[in-house]
Amino acid sequence: MNRQAQAAVLFLLGASLLHAATTDLYLRYVKQGLRPLVLVSGAVLIAAALATVWYERKRARAQKQHEADEGSDKDSGKDSGKDSGKDSGNSSDKDSSKNSGKDAHAHAHREPRISWLLVLPLFALILVAPPALGSYSATRTGTALQEPLAYPSLPAADPLRLSVVDYAGRAVYDHGRTLHDRRVQLTGFLALDRDGTPYLVRMALNCCAADAQPVKVALTGRIPPVLQPDTWLQITGTYTPRRAKDPVNGGPIPFIEVTEAKPVTEPTDPYDESWNN
Amino acid sequence: MAITKTVPQRTDDRRNPEPTDEGRHLNSPLLLTMLMVVLVLLQSPIRRALAAPVMQSWTTVFVAVMVQALPFLVLGVLLSAAIAVFVPPSFFARALPRRPALAVPVAGAAGAVLPGCECASVPVAGALVRRGVTPAAALTFLLSAPAINPIVLTATAVAFPGNPEMVLARLVASLLVACAMGWLWLRLGRTDWLRPPSHLSYDGQSKGEAFWGSVRHDVMHAGGFLVVGAMAAATLKAVAPESWLRTAADNPVLAVLALAVLAVVLSICSEADAFVAASLSQFSLTARLTFLVVGPMIDLKLFAMQAGTFGRAFALRFAPATFALAVVVSVLTGAVIL
Repeated sequence: MNRQAQAAVLFLLGASLLHAATTDLYLRYVKQGLRPLVLVSGAVLIAAALATVWYERKRARAQKQHEADEGSDKDSGKDSGKDSGKDSGNSSDKDSSKNSGKDAHAHAHREPRISWLLVLPLFALILVAPPALGSYSATRTGTALQEPLAYPSLPAADPLRLSVVDYAGRAVYDHGRTLHDRRVQLTGFLALDRDGTPYLVRMALNCCAADAQPVKVALTGRIPPVLQPDTWLQITGTYTPRRAKDPVNGGPIPFIEVTEAKPVTEPTDPYDESWNN
Repeated sequence: MAITKTVPQRTDDRRNPEPTDEGRHLNSPLLLTMLMVVLVLLQSPIRRALAAPVMQSWTTVFVAVMVQALPFLVLGVLLSAAIAVFVPPSFFARALPRRPALAVPVAGAAGAVLPGCECASVPVAGALVRRGVTPAAALTFLLSAPAINPIVLTATAVAFPGNPEMVLARLVASLLVACAMGWLWLRLGRTDWLRPPSHLSYDGQSKGEAFWGSVRHDVMHAGGFLVVGAMAAATLKAVAPESWLRTAADNPVLAVLALAVLAVVLSICSEADAFVAASLSQFSLTARLTFLVVGPMIDLKLFAMQAGTFGRAFALRFAPATFALAVVVSVLTGAVIL
């Protein structure tokens, strides 16, 4: 890939990062806190692309000048290695170390071929924009529920809005003491176990989707008749002491007695980031 | 790398001097444009193929690793370009003690002030050797810089919010391995294993040109390897059954070895590997420490880069020794600190 093509890839990469960070797209892949870094790096990549084009033009002009000065003697650079090193100029590439003067003149300078792979994330981000992790990952990975450090008292609202992680933590490790006689409302996506048990799931992440792990709450009671995995649901229900074991890793999964379930749109941030704080 | 690429080029030149060069010149932008056009045209069949749950989850993890690691890569590349361009290499030669045995730990500690991932440290170490720094010190620097610089340690702290001792353990273990390898080179190393890198990168250029040239090259080069790492990580996450990892994680010895090998195979940039290590939560902290110590020092892409810069004879001896030492030191450090 020569420098013009590299500049194009750098530019597109920077632009796609900027696009992801200025819309909510980046939230499908990384945590909220990374947004400023993504924005800055996108801008830097674009700047590097522009600088590359600028210096490339300058170099081409200098090259023409140089050739006009030296006449059309193509082999002039061959006699001394030092000169050819200078001619090849900004080749920061070790590959060119053995190039003859002629190669340097024509700046047939080999950049690493591995750079072509950068087209893949570009394509994936611009054209495919894959969705946030869903039921496939959730059913393959065991519930990652951890014991909460404390159980702060809950507001008196009815129904009480809780995160899936918060509900599961209170239900499993506090035996639902703060949840008795409360109508709670949870939002998550639906995942079906191999034997058909429906779970309401939220993926919890530390940094990016590569480390996302599910926290699951099993559904019982008035479950909707048609269950489509990956649909986002808002569940209203009550605490029930019933428990299950995650078939993947044996982790605890609490149940919720569903009284009402309605489909909702996917939230802006599909992941639970409460573990970051 | 240099040999395999330049040799065919020369034969080309001999057979057909000018046109091939011109052709290759026009090639890559044209090829890139055509590739993008084809991808755009084929976008709906490709999307359909990617709609299967496995592929969807693979693509998501792949993009996530890229989006998460690129800012760190760019940050490291910017800083290393600034240092490579604005700090004269002679400064490093002057700053190091005369006696090689003393220069080793100083170079190891100096790794902390040259931020960048391992991809950036290989060319810098090559430059140090060229400027007369003793190879032992340059190699210590090569090993320590990607592991103990502030960006990597900050990333480690962010990735392990519940285990701040992980940062200390990583610093200590990496520094120990780097210094031990430097001293080992002083005792056993032979200069003829090293192929001295001959090409000077930034001569005859303005500072700005050298700076942006370094940024461009490092992003394209390291970015390409990052794509390989992201693909491997995504494959592991989407395809490998969790039970397989759990079997390895249950056995303490197997866990350490499994993650050491995983670090070599995954070849993740040291600025991002802490996040992957954090996600391998079924493994012991010592095993994950091994992952963090081995990864920045030796992995597939680093081996390729070391062989390209210092020669294959060097890389074939240096890499296995580093791997073994890194595993042993990580286990010992893990036993003491974690």
